[in-house]
Amino acid sequence: MPENSAGTLAPPPAAKPKIKPPRRFAGTLYRGREGMWSWVLHRITGIAIYFFLLVHILDTSIVRISPQAYNGVINEYKTPLMGLGELALVIAIGFHALNGLRIILIDFWSVGARHQRLMFVIVILLWIVLVAGFAPRQIMNIILEAQGHGSA
Amino acid sequence: MTTETIPAPRSSYTPPRKRRVNWEKWGWLYMRVSGLFLVVLIFGHLFVNLVSGAGVRAIDFAFVAGKWADPFWMVWDTLMLVLALIHGANGMRTVTNDYAHRPILRKTLLGAILVSTVVLLVLGILVIYTFDPCPSNAIAGTLPAFCKAH
Ligand code: HEM
Repeated sequence: MPENSAGTLAPPPAAKPKIKPPRRFAGTLYRGREGMWSWVLHRITGIAIYFFLLVHILDTSIVRISPQAYNGVINEYKTPLMGLGELALVIAIGFHALNGLRIILIDFWSVGARHQRLMFVIVILLWIVLVAGFAPRQIMNIILEAQGHGSA
Repeated sequence: MTTETIPAPRSSYTPPRKRRVNWEKWGWLYMRVSGLFLVVLIFGHLFVNLVSGAGVRAIDFAFVAGKWADPFWMVWDTLMLVLALIHGANGMRTVTNDYAHRPILRKTLLGAILVSTVVLLVLGILVIYTFDPCPSNAIAGTLPAFCKAH
């Protein structure tokens, strides 16, 4: 009787659970989809902002050398190329800060992890609003500076 | 038959806990607490320097001197410097630990992060608190209006 020879105390197998496999990989909090891409973006923006901060502390320190030395360096920040760089920086900080708040809510809000996907959508929407508010202003300042209109 | 107690499978051996500071936990918490402060500090900074008035066009020595004539902005900038630099450095430590597998490379990078953080913190704090809004080496037209000597 081969079926019964390896007798165990295990209960007879229950009916197979009826859970349908997802049609495609649904991801977890950190693998695939929003969870992973938000992490990738958070990491890239964090690193970029960090290197900017290193440079920014050094360029600001030039105020201790002389006013003309500082003005010379800061005038570089007013060129069209650097103006676009500042726009990119604000875009990066905007995402990092908003997604940072999402991370904090996932960790400390009791139902945060459950709503992480919705919060990611909100982060992206707020990010678009922020950039849409800042970009025209910055581009206007770049153009005015290029036309020779310094500060009023 | 002998009765023996066999530990349940998969229960791991837990050595007696030593009371040590859990630095990783405090670092984790620091990233979140400093992040909350940085939202206010950085967006305030970006608004005042890049959005209000003439934006980036208005920034020059006199602009900085005007801000640092007010202790409010000295404290603001100090908090932003300290919180952001340590937040960024600790984040870069995490990134380094993730990707730099060779011990020598990893230790070198972590050392570089530590040294640059300390140097830039000291430099930045000195710059804010030893700042002279009316230095004698200024050429004409670069000083804020409140420097009457020129
Ligand atoms: C504006 C407000 C900010 C908020 C709310 C914020 C929030 C956060 C949070 C919650 C983390 C995750 C830490 C973890 O996973 O344990 C993080 C990581 C990080 N942040 Fe920020 N941050 C801010 C500003 C900055 C700034 C100014 C810098 C650069 C100096 C920076 C650089 C980084 C880096 C490099 C990481 C590590 C990324 C990683 O491990 O993948 N952050 N931030």
